[in-house]
Amino acid sequence: MRWLLVKDLQILRRSPLLLALLVIYPVVISVLIGFALSRGPDKPRVAFVNLVPAEQSELDLAGESIDLADYADTLFESIDPVRIDCEDRDPEECQEEALDKVRDGDVLAALVIPADVTERLQALQSLQAVEPPTVKVFFNAEDPVKARYVEDTIKSRAQDANAALTTKLTEVALSYLDLIVEGGDISLPLLGGDIEILGLERSDAIVRAAQAQLPPGSEARRQLDRVLRFGELARENLDLSDEILNTIGTPIKIDTEILEGGTTPLSSFAVAVAVAISLMFVTVLLAAGTLALEREENAFPRLVRGLVSPTALLAEKALLAAACSAAVGILMLCGLALFVDLDWGRFPLWVAGVAAGSLGFAALGLAVGALAREVRAASLLAFMLALPLAFLALVPSGAVSSALYDVIRAVSALFPFKPTLDAMDAALNDAGGMAGALAHLGALTLAFGALARLALRRFG
Amino acid sequence: MPLIEATGLVKRYGTREALRGVSVAATEGERVAVIGPNGAGKTTLLSILAGIQRPDEGTVSGPPGRAGWVPQQAALYGKLTVAENLRLFARLERCADVEAAVERMLIQTGLADRADDQISVLSGGNRQRVNIAIGLLAEPAVLLLDEPSSALDPRQRERLWEFLLGLEAQGTAVVYSTHDVQEAERHADRVVVLADGELLFAGSPGELEQLVGTPGHDFEGAFVAFLRQRGH
Repeated sequence: MRWLLVKDLQILRRSPLLLALLVIYPVVISVLIGFALSRGPDKPRVAFVNLVPAEQSELDLAGESIDLADYADTLFESIDPVRIDCEDRDPEECQEEALDKVRDGDVLAALVIPADVTERLQALQSLQAVEPPTVKVFFNAEDPVKARYVEDTIKSRAQDANAALTTKLTEVALSYLDLIVEGGDISLPLLGGDIEILGLERSDAIVRAAQAQLPPGSEARRQLDRVLRFGELARENLDLSDEILNTIGTPIKIDTEILEGGTTPLSSFAVAVAVAISLMFVTVLLAAGTLALEREENAFPRLVRGLVSPTALLAEKALLAAACSAAVGILMLCGLALFVDLDWGRFPLWVAGVAAGSLGFAALGLAVGALAREVRAASLLAFMLALPLAFLALVPSGAVSSALYDVIRAVSALFPFKPTLDAMDAALNDAGGMAGALAHLGALTLAFGALARLALRRFG
Repeated sequence: MPLIEATGLVKRYGTREALRGVSVAATEGERVAVIGPNGAGKTTLLSILAGIQRPDEGTVSGPPGRAGWVPQQAALYGKLTVAENLRLFARLERCADVEAAVERMLIQTGLADRADDQISVLSGGNRQRVNIAIGLLAEPAVLLLDEPSSALDPRQRERLWEFLLGLEAQGTAVVYSTHDVQEAERHADRVVVLADGELLFAGSPGELEQLVGTPGHDFEGAFVAFLRQRGH
């Protein structure tokens, strides 16, 4: 077997174009897929027009000063803002400049914060009957995908800002209620400074003291009893208002819980996908091609008439293909680790996943080569088989009907791609299930090896 | 004492019988030609003698070592050089001295100056010489060749036979199949005539001519007449 390995390596070395294609093509494809999966759309460029004068950007809520710029930062997490300088300029001219940028395609959208936003928010928290402030968004819908993304992003972030402001307003409302219950000082600049609020608790004490001085059974005493009961009832109910107001601020809570699968970051999963795809292409094509080549060179009958057993020949091809692709896989992982945060402490598991996956794909490649019998047919069959296997294994649950998904899962389980992906995911991301995936791959390696051995009976 | 002997060989492919009770033998230094029309079962017989296929019935008793096997299509690796092909098979044949075996074959085939050329750049005749050299690497007592000259021009054919006739001195028995009846007459000590998987004749070319009994015919004419007499 050793000499056959040497021979195959010599042949590979003398086919540099084939070797380069076999290695570079899947690596390029897989890296592209990896990046496509790991990177979301770029942050859209959005023109940002802030018409609020600098001295008015702070909002006073119950004596606490809030800078609205903090809420704008929430929005900028998802967009790339192109700030329009509006200082000492006519607001309409400033807004028009932003709209021109949208029309020219420099930016995808324009976000205009009106000058009266602080004033209106201040009025709202003072419980005045005014219209809430309105932030305007203008966007370019030439690219429907990006337009949808911008719309969704801005709406989503505006909701976040609204929720944050609602929480603040709720806190202010609660502080007013506390003042009504407990009493205290409040600053009202319009009335010329602080004023004292008596509060229900202190009122209760004053009324009780006054009542004690009245003769028992007097009409005035009965009237004060009614006042005291009302005060007590009001205090008890206002104490409950904290929870009610907080509930209004966040009427629906979201509690997420993962039922199946790990908490793999998308970029790390993309690495697992990229490596599994590369392993599949290199190994299946190499194993199928080198086996079919023995027949095309008419060497197979000469070899198996006592020089090498058919099983040893298959083992040699599997070893060659698996070793070559495992080397490619490990190199890929080392290269991708420069871009994606991978845990080097798990390196032995990477090797185990890559080795098991390579052997599984090698066995599949041998079956393909033995059945197709010609190099070109084997390569074509390997290619045609590999792509759908990858796509099937990546179909998420819920994307298709449950019955079809069950069929897809069953089909995926019959080939090494899915268990290799699971093994690599577990090896790279601690997603769990590594032992199961390796056992699965072991079983598939034996099954496809046996199929290849059977197919060799009509190979010569 | 035959070096190789097959008795009552039967081989079926589905319902078709490729060989029907064929027996054949070759002794030391003997050259046996297996001739017959297309589909007669020549390749099947040789591949059974070489151990590539198993007969459904019958037995093959082989030489002390394995028989050397030279398939019709050159079984060589085109990307390897002449020497690398010889070296690979010498190692697989477990030759005691691999380099000596390679050297011997390069000299015997007259390809020493082409040792470092890849097989893919050689002519058909030279490829066939390497093909035969591989069959001889283990110095087998019996060499089996399936239509060794079918793809060669007359000059290459002549050189091939010079090479094969040289094996007689070493006592190597040569069993070969051929379409070329003249080649059988010129080089074989014995001819085996097969038709539709049936052994029709086994004897010397002269005996075949005598059996037909048609004076004035050359060997090819006698062979054709023989087949007609037997209904083929």
